[in-house]
Amino acid sequence: MHAGIIFFLVILGSILFHIFTPWYWTDIASNWKGMDDTITLTFWVGGGVFVAVCLFMIYCVFKFSYKEGRKVEYKPEDKKLEKILTVATTLGVAALLAPGLIIWNQYVNVPKNSIEIDVMAWQWGWQYRLPGEDGKLGTTKVVNINDDNPFGINMDDPFGRDDVMVQSDIINLENNRPVKILLRSVDVLHNWYVPQFRAKMDAVPGVVTYYWFEPNKVGEYEVLCAEYCGVGHYAMRGGVEVQDPTSYQEWLGEQETFSDLLAKQNNEIETKKVAKNNSNIEKVIYKGEK
Amino acid sequence: MSDEYENNKSGYQAQSSEAITGSSGSASPDIDYVRPAELPEQDLYHGHTFITKWIFCQDAKVIGVQYFLTAVFTGVVGLILSWLMRLQLGFPGLAGFITAEHYYQFVTMHGMIMVVYFLTALFLGGFGNYLIPLMVGARDMVFPYVNMLSFWMFFVAVAILMASFFVPGGPTGAGWTLYPPQTILEGTPGSGMGILLMLVSLALFVIGFTMGGLNYMITVLQARTRGMTLMRMPLTVWGIFTATVLAMLAFPALLVSAIMMTLDKVIGTSFFMPTILKAGEVLEYGGGSPILFQHLFWFFGHPEVYIVALPAFGIVSDLISVHARKNIFGYRMMVWAIVGIGALSFFVWAHHMYVSGMNPWFGFFFATTTLIIAVPTAMKVYNWILTLWRGNIRINTVMLWCLGFIVTFVNGGITGIFLGNVSVDVPLSDTYFVVAHFHMVMGIAPVMVIMGAIYHWFPLITGRLLNETLGKWHFWATFLGAYSIYFPMHYLGFIGVPRRYYEMYDSPYMTSAVGMNEFISLAAFLVGAAQFILIFNIIKTLKTGKPAPKNPWKANSLEWHTSTQPPEHGNFGERLPVVHRWPYDFSVPGSKDDFIPQTTPPSEVVHTKVEKT
Repeated sequence: MHAGIIFFLVILGSILFHIFTPWYWTDIASNWKGMDDTITLTFWVGGGVFVAVCLFMIYCVFKFSYKEGRKVEYKPEDKKLEKILTVATTLGVAALLAPGLIIWNQYVNVPKNSIEIDVMAWQWGWQYRLPGEDGKLGTTKVVNINDDNPFGINMDDPFGRDDVMVQSDIINLENNRPVKILLRSVDVLHNWYVPQFRAKMDAVPGVVTYYWFEPNKVGEYEVLCAEYCGVGHYAMRGGVEVQDPTSYQEWLGEQETFSDLLAKQNNEIETKKVAKNNSNIEKVIYKGEK
Repeated sequence: MSDEYENNKSGYQAQSSEAITGSSGSASPDIDYVRPAELPEQDLYHGHTFITKWIFCQDAKVIGVQYFLTAVFTGVVGLILSWLMRLQLGFPGLAGFITAEHYYQFVTMHGMIMVVYFLTALFLGGFGNYLIPLMVGARDMVFPYVNMLSFWMFFVAVAILMASFFVPGGPTGAGWTLYPPQTILEGTPGSGMGILLMLVSLALFVIGFTMGGLNYMITVLQARTRGMTLMRMPLTVWGIFTATVLAMLAFPALLVSAIMMTLDKVIGTSFFMPTILKAGEVLEYGGGSPILFQHLFWFFGHPEVYIVALPAFGIVSDLISVHARKNIFGYRMMVWAIVGIGALSFFVWAHHMYVSGMNPWFGFFFATTTLIIAVPTAMKVYNWILTLWRGNIRINTVMLWCLGFIVTFVNGGITGIFLGNVSVDVPLSDTYFVVAHFHMVMGIAPVMVIMGAIYHWFPLITGRLLNETLGKWHFWATFLGAYSIYFPMHYLGFIGVPRRYYEMYDSPYMTSAVGMNEFISLAAFLVGAAQFILIFNIIKTLKTGKPAPKNPWKANSLEWHTSTQPPEHGNFGERLPVVHRWPYDFSVPGSKDDFIPQTTPPSEVVHTKVEKT
């Protein structure tokens, strides 16, 4: 008896927790509302099944707890009932799968008008590259990376010369313009993740991975690394600033291109930002130890 | 040496003649006919010295207990590591000795220990060894010597794993998934000796496990007693058997990936290592694929989930049936669901990799296969609760654990539908939603079954009944505590709190999580401490516990119908039992008792309305 009551309170508590929880989605700031909606749908269907199964179980505990000599049903199988349950479950699962696959189809097909951004990750930091006036990113190679060429752009690729280089862990994005994130890592796995945008994908050394989203709320967001990448993983943060088109263009105009950098290097050999960044972060992380 | 072998030839002949003449004194010999044995009985080696009886022992029951105790030891280590992690997460900086390196080492070792060295070893090595021969009516495993080697290989694997805590640099902190390249590069704690010992330990575990697994499979297939058809086996045996088949197919993938990674680390091959730039220098690797490792790992890793889950499914079915005094509902469906889930589990591995950077088009395939698995799994859940329906349910400690299992398993199964549904996984993967999901479904739920199984079979193993009052306290503290750890934890995932973060800092939307983290940590301390109730209960019972009557739960399966309780070496005394029915004939109409053991011939219960035999 007590057992049934406690189990009932657990289920009731779960429902109340879900209704009144102060912990829920961080406000969405991208086009992926469909993901949230599918989750809400799954919550209704799945939560309903969970509650129904548990209540049935609790009912049995109340109704059929041990009594000497109670008449017990002896019915090893019930083909009809089993068939009904199988079909109903299959339909329910299919109803949840369908919207999931539809949204995944949108996720893997990037809109034509999206702007490509090269997100380069390393232990433990980020930097970004945007296409220049030709609208195309230059190709890169890990072995090309050095202080003079922080993104490892192939020198003989004409598309690379006008690429805009953002040697900072903060990137600005234009509001309501789809972005195709091209992920690249020079060492281990990373993942460029902004909870408000919902989307994410691992950066894998050796290949370029991608995903897309369309930011739709002006503001500043924090970037988190969402794939474990060693001891500095938790400290590998960055930032995104979503701006209206005019401020974005203004910001874009202030950024340095690869040719600017090359020209500057001919004058003075300096710009060791990557290396410096790198060692700074390592210092911070190992501080606790030493 | 020959005098140390028992000659069982006469027993074999006696049985054959019995089958030909039918059992004597029966009114209608025909209905009791059971096919004669096809093979002679196996010769057993009986240990005489302390060493051959208790250490290098060939009795599957002793090996089972050895596996059990070793696995529980690793489990306690895993539990302490989880306390340290929760200490850091709930109260950052309170324990100054937990640096980021240590934290990641705790995370890694906790995960690997709990999944492989605790749950897998406990279910298959522990319960598998103890129960398979008893439940199928065999005298022992078919290869007792190999079975003994299996345990000692596991023991060495555990010793090496534990040794990695004491080597320079400490154990590996690469996360239990050991994703390259970071696993073997500096920047990850324990990337020197730590990871090597982990890989060696895993390889030994797989080798040892293969020895045990061959035993479990072949014993089930070849050594069942007369009348024990496959469709009369208890679901416990079905679960462990299917899990073993999965393990035989899945563990090789882990073994080869461990070997390949060792080669990458030691002699500089590049199976998993692309060109890497580290601290301004290009390393001498090139051309390898980190994603290849993930495919290999999860080809092992997903079946591994079911290697843990299927024995739990099987055991809980038996416990529910016995304590609800009712046949398991839809036995054949249950068997085919176990087999079907096992087979499907090899086609879903990449649902762990939706955002890994593999070709995203795989997502369609793996989301579909993953959600298909939900159907047989749901059928099992329905059948458990339908077994309770119109039963006569003993609300004892064993049943409480079963009910706790149903709640936590359904909860964790439903959140699996979130994560398996590819686009829903995108925002939730790598967050605490995942942590909550897999702990609920393959941490708490199987542990509920383990606990139920301990309370259920303890009288068989020791001859004494565990204290019920302590058992109930143990259950409620564990169930309520564990539920209040993992249920709210899902909501951290919605906020977007990523997993494997040593510290959150003060991201604005995450500050609301601080209070919850403190609460979860306190609950975790409580649940861990509650396990000492069980240890106390076991010690107390062994000293002063109530002696258990024979077959205290009035169960039908063969392990309760041995010549002595606890069963001795050889299990069944002079003569092996002959099986006439499935193990679920509870409360059969017309029957005097509310149970009919598997060994009862039809002629003794002619007036009952037995539907399935």
